[in-house]
Amino acid sequence: MTARRVVVTGLGPVSPIGIGKEAFLESLRSGKIGIDRITVFAPDSFRSQIAGAIPEFRCADYVPKSYRKSIKVMARDIELSVAGADQAVRDAGLVTKGINPESPQVDSTRLGVNIGAGLICSDLNELVYALSMAEDADHKFSLAKWGESGMNHLTPLWLLKYLPNMLACHVTIIHDAQAPSNTITCAEASSPLAIGEAYRTIVRNCADVCLCGGFESKVNPMGLIRQDLLNRLTRAHNDCPACAVRPFDVKRSGTAVAEGGSVLTLESLESAQRRNAKIYGELVGVGASFGTVDFVRPEEDGHAMAVAIERALADAKIDAGSVDLVVGFGCGTREHDQAEAKAIHQALGDVRVVSIKGQTGMMGAGTGALDATVALLAISENFIPGTVNCDEVDPACPIQVVRKTTDEKVNTVVTLSYSLNGGQIGALVFKRYEGEGS
Amino acid sequence: MKRRVVITGMGWITPLGLDIKTAWARLLAGECAIEKTTLFDARTFPTTFSAQVNDFDLKGLIGPVYELHKTASRNSRFAMGAAIQAWKSAGLDQAKDLDHRLVGVYLGAGEGPLDFDPFVEIAIDAWDREKGQLDTVKWAKLAYEKLDSVKEFEQDPNMPAAHVAKLLGLKGPNFNCLTACAASTQALGEAAEQIICGDAEAMVAGGTHSMIHPFGVTGFNRLTALSTRNDDIKTASRPFDRDRDGFVLGEGAGVLVLESEEHAKARGAKILAELAGFGSSADAYRITDIHESGRGGIAAMKQAMQDANVTIDDIDYISAHGTGTSENDKVETLAIKAVFGERAYKVPVSSIKSMMGHLIAAAGAVEAITCVLAIHDHIVPPTINYSNQDLECDLDYVPNTARKATIRTCLSNSFGFGGQNDTLIIREYKG
Repeated sequence: MTARRVVVTGLGPVSPIGIGKEAFLESLRSGKIGIDRITVFAPDSFRSQIAGAIPEFRCADYVPKSYRKSIKVMARDIELSVAGADQAVRDAGLVTKGINPESPQVDSTRLGVNIGAGLICSDLNELVYALSMAEDADHKFSLAKWGESGMNHLTPLWLLKYLPNMLACHVTIIHDAQAPSNTITCAEASSPLAIGEAYRTIVRNCADVCLCGGFESKVNPMGLIRQDLLNRLTRAHNDCPACAVRPFDVKRSGTAVAEGGSVLTLESLESAQRRNAKIYGELVGVGASFGTVDFVRPEEDGHAMAVAIERALADAKIDAGSVDLVVGFGCGTREHDQAEAKAIHQALGDVRVVSIKGQTGMMGAGTGALDATVALLAISENFIPGTVNCDEVDPACPIQVVRKTTDEKVNTVVTLSYSLNGGQIGALVFKRYEGEGS
Repeated sequence: MKRRVVITGMGWITPLGLDIKTAWARLLAGECAIEKTTLFDARTFPTTFSAQVNDFDLKGLIGPVYELHKTASRNSRFAMGAAIQAWKSAGLDQAKDLDHRLVGVYLGAGEGPLDFDPFVEIAIDAWDREKGQLDTVKWAKLAYEKLDSVKEFEQDPNMPAAHVAKLLGLKGPNFNCLTACAASTQALGEAAEQIICGDAEAMVAGGTHSMIHPFGVTGFNRLTALSTRNDDIKTASRPFDRDRDGFVLGEGAGVLVLESEEHAKARGAKILAELAGFGSSADAYRITDIHESGRGGIAAMKQAMQDANVTIDDIDYISAHGTGTSENDKVETLAIKAVFGERAYKVPVSSIKSMMGHLIAAAGAVEAITCVLAIHDHIVPPTINYSNQDLECDLDYVPNTARKATIRTCLSNSFGFGGQNDTLIIREYKG
C-alpha cells in the first residue's frame, strides 16, 4: 500500500497586509508594509512603539449569523483563527456547516482541525477593571476582597476566552469538524508542528481534510513587553515603522510584534481529486528538532535548525539541490537571523531565501502558517516575493536573500520556524503538484 | 505492519506522592490528598481547598544541572521531576549509543500563571478610574521596572517540554499541546504516532500542570466548575456520586517513556506495557457543554479500540475522565454505555480524581500510568467518596475500595473544555 498523498486546497491568511488569499497575494507582490505605530493602545512609554496590526478587522464578517453571539467570548487570537478558517474553507470550495448550515456537503467525521496557538493574555481592561474592584482602603489590591466579591466582576466564561485550545474549538463548532482536533502551543514553532501533525493525521487515514495552521496576536501590552524585556524588538525605528524590520540585513536591530496567521486546507489527494478541487501544492515532508543554548538564544551555528530541514527533506525524499526557495523565519533579530542563515546554508547550500517579516512583523504562533501560505502562493502563482528592507545582506548570513519580487516558476519550497523562547523547531517541504487536478 | 509502541519508563509527581511506589500505594489505600489551599490565601474564595504537591525538591532529583533550570516554573519543575524518574526507570540513563536525535518530547503542559504580585500591583497603579481603562503609558513604565523577563517567558506552555529536552539532552521532535483537560492523553497518543511514523524511536511524553493559583481558581470558580464543599473537603471530589458538586483542583505531572518495540528490545529494556491504541475526536458542539449524546467520547473510544484491534470484550478496566461535575460524569457514563452495551455494567470504571483531584492538562498522563500499574499488579484503584447512586450513573465505579481483578487491557478517557476528546488503550505486552 502506498502512503496517502496530501495536498493544499485552500488558504486563509489573516495578516497585517491582507485578509484572504487575494488581498494577501496582492500585498506580497507589491511589497506593501503592514507595520505601523500602535494605535490600539497608547504605546508612548514602550521602547518599541510599532506593530504589524490588522486594520479594520470585524470578526462578525467571518462568522455565521447563528454563532455571532459567541464572538464576545473570543480573545483576539480566537477571532483571527475563526476568520482564517472561514477563508480557507471558502477558498477550498468546501461546503461545511459553517458555509451552509442547512445542507453541508462535507463528512464531518473526516474533517479535522489542528491550529497552533500562543500564550493568550487576558484583555487588560477587562481584567484590571475587575481587579480594581478588589482594592482596599489604601488603593492596594486585596486578595481577600478579590476572592469574596472582586472576581464576580469577570464574566462567568472569562477563562474560556483565553484558553489556547479555543482557537481550534470554535472552528470545530462552526464547521462541524468532528475528526481529531489538536492545539500545539510551541510559540513560533506551533504552526509547522501543527501543519505537520495534521499531515500525519491525514496520511494515517484518521481524516480526509484538516484545517490547520496557527494564529496569535502580540499587539497588546503584555505581548509587546514580554518580547521587549528580552531585547528582541527594534527600538531604532519608532519614527519609521516601514523600515523597522530588516530580515538578514546588515543593519537589522530587532523585530516588531504583530498579529495574524493562516489556515491551510490540507486534504488527501484522493479527496481533492474526487471533488475536482484546485490544488495549490503538495505537502511532501515534515521535520522537527530541538536546540537552544539557554532557552532564549539559538545555537550559534543553528545546528538543530539544519537538522529539522534535513529531516523534512529526508521525509520528502528530496535532495537539497532541488529546493528552489526557502521561506525563512527571518524575524530581524541579530542572533536568530544569523543562526538561521547558517542553518539554511548547512542544510541546503547556496539556496535563495525570502522573509516577509519586514512587511508583517513577527506574529508568534501564527508566523509559520503565514510563511507556508507564502510558499504555496509562490508555487501556484509562479513568483518569489522580495524581502522588504534587506538592503544589504549581512556578510555573517551566508545565504542569497531574494530582495526584489520576481516572476518565475518555483517547484519546491522549504519553510522553517522556531520558538524564540524554548527551542522547538519545525520545517515543511511543499512541492508543485504534478498530475490531475493541478 | 504498523510499528508497535511500548512503555518502558514512568514517573509521577502527584499530590499523593512524589514517586510511583508511594503514590500507587496511597491510591490503592483510597487515600485523599485534598487539603486547605496553602499555595495562596484562598480563604475567601468560593473554593478554599485543593490537592497540592508538597515538599517537592527538584534539585535533589536532578543534581548540579539544576543551575540551568533554576528559573523554571512550577509546571516545568513537575515535568522535569516526573521525566527524570521515567528516564531512569527505563534505564535510559545507562543506555549506550543512544541516538538523541531520535528521542523526542511530547507534553501536554499547561500555561504558567501570570506573575501575580507584580502584575496586580502594576495593573492597579496604572488603572485610570475616571476613564475606566488602563493607562498604558503609566503601565509600561511600571512594567519595565517590575516585571521579570525570565519569569515572563517561563510561563510559556512550551517551556516544560524545552526543560525536559535540555535536561535529558533530547534533540528529536519536541511538541507541546494544550487541549485543556485532554492535553496529556493527546500528547501520549500523538507521541506514539511520532514513533509509528518513524520520526522518533523513543518519546518522553506526558503532561504537567498547576492551576492552583489565584487566577486559576478564579477562572474555574466563575465557571462554577469547582466543588465548593468547604465544610467537608476530604469528600469534596466525588465522581459519579449523586451528591457531586464539581471537581477539585489537583496539580502535578505524569511522564512516560514510549519506545518502538524494536528499540526497546534491542537495548534489552524491561517492557511495562504496550500503548496499543489512540482515538481522538471533537464534539463540535459548544465551548461550554458536552454534546448530550456523548458523541465525541463515543467516537474517541471506538477509534482507540479499532486502532488497537481490540473489542469491548477485551477491555478489563476503564480509567474514567470522571471529574465529579454533574455533566461530565453523566455524559461519560452514557458514552461508555453507548460503546459497551450490556458489557458496560461488567467493566470496572474508576476515577482517581476522587483521591488526587483533577490535574487538568496533566490528568490524562497520570491516569495512563494508573493503567500500566493496574495491568502489572492486577488491581484497580477505587473511586472514593462514592456513597449515593445517581440514577443516571449506574455503572460499576469500584466504590471506595481497590479491587483485585485480572487486568490485561485498559481504556483511559480524557475530555477537554471545548470538546476535544482523547482515548488510549494500554495493554499487557506480549512479544
